[in-house]
Amino acid sequence: MEDFRSRLEEERAYLLRYARLQLREPQAAEDAVQETLLAALAGEAGFGGRSNLRTWLTGILKHKIVDAIRRSSREAPLPSEDGAEEFDALFDERGHWREFPPAWSDPDAALTEKQFFAKLEECLRRLPEKTARVFLMREHMGFETGEICKELAITSTHCWVLLYRARMALRECLEVNWFGRK
Amino acid sequence: MMLSCKEVTRLVSQGLDRRLGFAERVRLRVHLAICDGCTTFARQTRFIREAVRTLGSRAS
Repeated sequence: MEDFRSRLEEERAYLLRYARLQLREPQAAEDAVQETLLAALAGEAGFGGRSNLRTWLTGILKHKIVDAIRRSSREAPLPSEDGAEEFDALFDERGHWREFPPAWSDPDAALTEKQFFAKLEECLRRLPEKTARVFLMREHMGFETGEICKELAITSTHCWVLLYRARMALRECLEVNWFGRK
Repeated sequence: MMLSCKEVTRLVSQGLDRRLGFAERVRLRVHLAICDGCTTFARQTRFIREAVRTLGSRAS
């Protein structure tokens, strides 16, 4: 296991170069690689020495890059009046978690780390603009939902949807980029 | 009717933004009592709130 992990680490620089060619946003490239390495770690059995490690990893990375491109192109034109369907994939048809969200180890310690807040900011920057604005008005500046609605001329239902979306996205982002990295 | 996990995540989020009705609170509590996934989710959304409030005032 330890050995496999270090072999993966050796491929990181290569994968990053690869991802950067496809994704102009450096963070998007980093994420794609990070997700790839996590997926590889989780699926070590699937590798089983079948092929060259780099080839196998690159195959996974390609999927992650396509996901990233799809995500960003979907985000841009989103009128954001609708629900939060992008998170439906987390649940099965009866609305149960496909996979329980894993518990985060020692989140309080994260609050004392500068790097954690840098990550958090990155995650916030990745939210669609309006979602981020509403969320920060609520959680950072501490406005009541009613005030935000009035300010931005949106319905409270819409406001709750945007806040829900922001929380879902941030939860996922922090999980992948901070809590899942160990 | 039992709430689904998906509905619970929405309600947990809204619970941070408005006062939930009595029936909503009861159904939410019943679900959370038996569902580890949603309990974890609720804890994490509260953590995110705390982290974002702290943002800029402490470490960064």
